[in-house]
Amino acid sequence: MTLEEIRSRLEAFVPGCHAEIVVNGSPSAQNSLLIDRRHGLQTAMYLRDHPELQLDFCSNVTAVDWPDREETETIKTRKIVDGVEKEVEETKKTTIPGYLEVVYHLFSIAKKEGPVVLRMHTANRTDDVTLQSLTPVWRSAEFQEREAFDLFGIVFEGHPDLRRILMWEGFTDHPMRKDYVPPPDDDLELLAVSKPGA
Amino acid sequence: MTQALPPEAEQDEVMEISMGPQHPSTHGVFRMDVRLDGERVLRLKPVFGYLHRNHEKIAEAASYLAEIPYTDRLDYLCSMTNNWGYALAVEKLAGLTVPERAEYIRVIVSELTRLQNHAGMVGFLLQDMGASGTPLMYAFREREKVLDLFESLSGARMMCNYMRFGGVRVDCSAEWLGQAAKVVGGFGGFLDEFEQLLTGNEILMARTQGVGVLPRELAINAGVTGPGLRASGVNYDLRKVDRYGVYERFQFRVPLGEHGDVFDRYMMRVLEMRESVKILEQALRDIPSGPFIDPKARLRGLRPKVGEAYARIESPKGELGFYLISDGSPNPYRYRVRPPSLINLTVLEDMCLGQNIADVVVILGSIDIVMGEVDR
Repeated sequence: MTLEEIRSRLEAFVPGCHAEIVVNGSPSAQNSLLIDRRHGLQTAMYLRDHPELQLDFCSNVTAVDWPDREETETIKTRKIVDGVEKEVEETKKTTIPGYLEVVYHLFSIAKKEGPVVLRMHTANRTDDVTLQSLTPVWRSAEFQEREAFDLFGIVFEGHPDLRRILMWEGFTDHPMRKDYVPPPDDDLELLAVSKPGA
Repeated sequence: MTQALPPEAEQDEVMEISMGPQHPSTHGVFRMDVRLDGERVLRLKPVFGYLHRNHEKIAEAASYLAEIPYTDRLDYLCSMTNNWGYALAVEKLAGLTVPERAEYIRVIVSELTRLQNHAGMVGFLLQDMGASGTPLMYAFREREKVLDLFESLSGARMMCNYMRFGGVRVDCSAEWLGQAAKVVGGFGGFLDEFEQLLTGNEILMARTQGVGVLPRELAINAGVTGPGLRASGVNYDLRKVDRYGVYERFQFRVPLGEHGDVFDRYMMRVLEMRESVKILEQALRDIPSGPFIDPKARLRGLRPKVGEAYARIESPKGELGFYLISDGSPNPYRYRVRPPSLINLTVLEDMCLGQNIADVVVILGSIDIVMGEVDR
């Protein structure tokens, strides 16, 4: 089944689901499906249980941080300056709000096919970073989603055991974010000592 | 997951034990929070992170080429296969091709890696079971020969830093191929001797058969890969499924287990070593002459086009994947390792529940983990 077929079926059979194909410009040509964040779990169950797809193996789960970015556009407009029509260049700055993204690489062991790449975006990078956990569908996401929670700060709703996995419990930041600033080494040591048992 | 505690009266019998991180059987700094009723395991939660150095963040600041030696240090027993996984991902991302001779060299060094990894793993497993010394010494004697080969080829025994995008760093000489053929030729004899000593051994069977059973469905759902998956009877070997490199040219079988217990996982390693010997014999016989690296491949200042790629290989531990996102700059925007050692641990608790504490050591040993890869 091609990605386009999967997309149209998802929109037909998962009520309310919005899926979009993200084109990959590299020679690998691994395109992916961007699913709206409210239908992650239903989509995952559909993909796993569909007899033609049988995506029974969720290989890789990871996250990507896309911070706010500014785009400057130069627009040429015709304006009347001092009574004469002239071409004037104007720069327009737009801020594109950032988000956190999760990426799932799905394969089918039954049909020996794959990968189908699934992506989901959080609403922003600050106060609405919740996504549906896919661990109830694929146990292999358990530790990997914990890692995305730990290092990127994505909260997975419905995860059975969402705790930090690599950093210690008292740690508050998310080191894989692009704007993370590591504290000086001595501070890290003090932090570790002041949180016994963590 | 967590089992219900026994009735109130027995609750004070329950003991919480922190096993590790400095425990001889944990294969590095790994800890398990275990709840025990007598010797029976009621709950087991693995604790990671003691060796965490944020490998993925380091890669974001390094160029594509400079990342290769870091991959050596993931699973530090298998630097050759780590190199290959990463090189494959970059080759997919940048659309590079690999000359035939380089593909053969990659197969040869990777199968040698599998031999020494599995030999070491079986040795350590037996060591964990209390067979002090002998099996491990036998295994390490063979491993030494492979490491000697790596040293004369790449200059390093463990941190080989050998593969490059579009090929390998240096060519192997005819003399080296002769030496490799000699090591491979003697390996079958070692396996016979090893198996005679171990496979039929009553104590080994008693300690491993029916212990730590991993059902087929759970193995697939939990993303267990490599020998652990095949021990549960799932025929899924990336060398056959993805046919990366030139693996489709070699005749070899994929051994499968029936019970999914520790004994099957032990047997998978032994049988896979025999298959690797077959692959090596064919590869050493058929290796063509030609360039060992694509002369057009650009190593320094590589700037792949904007895009992403996921590549995976069958490393000795399981499916080793690399996921790269390029933003067109000389270093990756995102670099992700899919670590088989970590994901294979997902089912550790499931396999240990209801077993004795002494079996936990054996079950953990049968998964075959390296903390450098688990914690990254």
